[in-house]
Amino acid sequence: MAGTVTSKNMALAKAVNESLRRALETDPKVLVMGEDVGKLGGVFRVTDGLQKDFGESRVIDTPLAESGIVGTAIGLALRGYRPVVEIQFDGFVFPAYDQIVTQLAKMHARSLGKVKLPVVVRIPYGGGIGAVEHHSESPESLFAHVAGLKIVSPSNASDAYWMMQQAIQSDDPVIFFEPKRRYWDKSEVDTEAIPGPLHTARVVRDGTDLTLAAYGPMVKLCQEVADAAAEEGRSLEVLDLRSVSPIDFDSIQASVERTRRLVVVHEAPVFFGSGAEIAARITERCFYHLEAPVLRVGGYHAPYPPARLEESYLPDLDRVLDAVDRSLAY
Amino acid sequence: MTVESTAARTPRRSAGNKAGTTGTKRTTSTTKKATGARKSAEPALVQLLTPEGKRVKNAEFDKYVADITAEDLRGLYRDMVLTRRFDAEATSLQRQGELGLWASLLGQEAAQIGSGRALRDDDYVFPTYREHGVAWCRGVDPTNLLGMFRGVNNGGWDPNGNNFHLYTIVIGSQTLHATGYAMGITKDGADSAVIAYFGDGASSQGDVAEAFTFSAVYNAPVVFFCQNNQWAISEPTEKQSRVPLYQRAQGFGFPGVRVDGNDVLANLAVTKWALERARAGEGPTLVEAFTYRMGAHTTSDDPTRYRHDDERAAWEAKDPILRLRRHLESAHHADEGFFADLEAESEALGRRVREAVRAMPDPDHFAIFENVYADGHALVDEERAQFAAYQASFADEDGGK
Repeated sequence: MAGTVTSKNMALAKAVNESLRRALETDPKVLVMGEDVGKLGGVFRVTDGLQKDFGESRVIDTPLAESGIVGTAIGLALRGYRPVVEIQFDGFVFPAYDQIVTQLAKMHARSLGKVKLPVVVRIPYGGGIGAVEHHSESPESLFAHVAGLKIVSPSNASDAYWMMQQAIQSDDPVIFFEPKRRYWDKSEVDTEAIPGPLHTARVVRDGTDLTLAAYGPMVKLCQEVADAAAEEGRSLEVLDLRSVSPIDFDSIQASVERTRRLVVVHEAPVFFGSGAEIAARITERCFYHLEAPVLRVGGYHAPYPPARLEESYLPDLDRVLDAVDRSLAY
Repeated sequence: MTVESTAARTPRRSAGNKAGTTGTKRTTSTTKKATGARKSAEPALVQLLTPEGKRVKNAEFDKYVADITAEDLRGLYRDMVLTRRFDAEATSLQRQGELGLWASLLGQEAAQIGSGRALRDDDYVFPTYREHGVAWCRGVDPTNLLGMFRGVNNGGWDPNGNNFHLYTIVIGSQTLHATGYAMGITKDGADSAVIAYFGDGASSQGDVAEAFTFSAVYNAPVVFFCQNNQWAISEPTEKQSRVPLYQRAQGFGFPGVRVDGNDVLANLAVTKWALERARAGEGPTLVEAFTYRMGAHTTSDDPTRYRHDDERAAWEAKDPILRLRRHLESAHHADEGFFADLEAESEALGRRVREAVRAMPDPDHFAIFENVYADGHALVDEERAQFAAYQASFADEDGGK
């Protein structure tokens, strides 16, 4: 219908909020749980207003105990609920790691398929906001290694909205990594759109000379890199992977078969990072297409540094361009 | 009068005035003399049947078994005998190489049957890996319990078929699942209850403390049933706690009670009481069933390295099955025919279990890839296909066999 506007410009954090609101409205089994998610609306205000509108029984301020949050969410899921739990910061997920890895990931298989655990674990992650220790980490690989979990990370508000809808509807546990440095970035969200499948990558910029693959907070950086490279006459393709488990290798392969070069960018440490898996598999799939080894740009094998040093630790425009140059030099 | 434990003794509203409950001012003597072989400083426990099979009165808990009939008592006896027989068969099957491992419940029959028979069908059970007696009460076929110990699956029964969750091996994790499930019951407005089993070792786990916290904060209808069998593999309870375990509940704001874990009647009564509290919206309860692991931790364990036979001998005198038999006989609730029939039923059960295990096939190789995800996963599909191709390559080499 001409003139009908179903899209709104909103920040990524607001998009998650709107998506949770929609899920709470449409499915009475959906619950939101976590530390400070109620009256406060979460430390990033992602759950702002939800408890006021849906009550304390559905938007639940929990005790300060991450294993307890995930463990009770498992029990609620066994009872037929669909809990969306918030881990306040990336570095705080580890008390819940046992419940996630040992229980949440495996129960469907252990029950030979009789039990389903539709639990979403939201984790604001990544650096770049000048935070104190344990507030800037990117632990996605520590979860991607575990069969039974699905791992996604949106890079923009529209994906945040729709991927959250799809994660909540999934009958598998989903770890939903929210790029906290992009929480305030705005983009159009069409709440009537028909979204594509959750675990597919998307080409966000066409190019011919090299593929940059990233997800979450690094997609925007890669677009900036492509802009800068374009000024030097180089055409970079940017792929937003969106999902870390499963990874859409078919889309990466299709892109690399065109560009013949691949650089993977993530904030997480390079060593045993998702880039390592992508490099290995793309080398297998595209061995005769590649003009250069797959290169990776990411964090170092060191604890996440104090905030005053994080700019040196995190991939930035120049570090990615450096990798692009190295790849193109082959 | 013996000295009570080191824990605080302020009476708690929620604990009421039940003998042996957390924080209650205990008035010594009558219940205390039954505590048995351990230090005289041990606190009172709830006991309705003495080791000699004598029914003793208990002002607080008698009413929960007031309507019990001779037939009910024979039923409890049968449950315990058959559970023990099944357990012994499983141990034998492990020794014969049919099972990779077995965790025996020998000595804990009363705690499991008493608590298990207190449950309603709509209640939900979260077991450890040793709750064979509770599984029996729930109607889970005993042979279903053996798959994971044989190595053909990791559980596999339908938890919702009997409201009996899968065995949980990582210690204490299931107490949180039980708490979450109980929170869900409250949200549903139902009056079902949940029981979470765990042991003295698990009482040290953070997850158990968190389960206590969550259940207390949300007033969840859950009974925490701790079988204190005195040993966490080689470590005695003293290595887990410096206060009696049931007193842990006090700090979380709900009542705890210690029950003679080898007295099936007391376990039935105390669990019924705790379940009634849950149904009435009074929140969680901790029951510490004071019992003894008569056997090894598992068939891989060697208890001679860490404990003495005389300790076991002292507990043998308090055997749960023997004491109910003495009671049935002295009260003329059962005749020789009953015991003879039960013996025959036991042997038949042992035979059935033996035959079922020996006939249990190994799963198909491709089961590795089944049920990893509910909605599928591209990598699992890819690796399944690679595995299939790899398997098929052998057929080619063998000339298409």
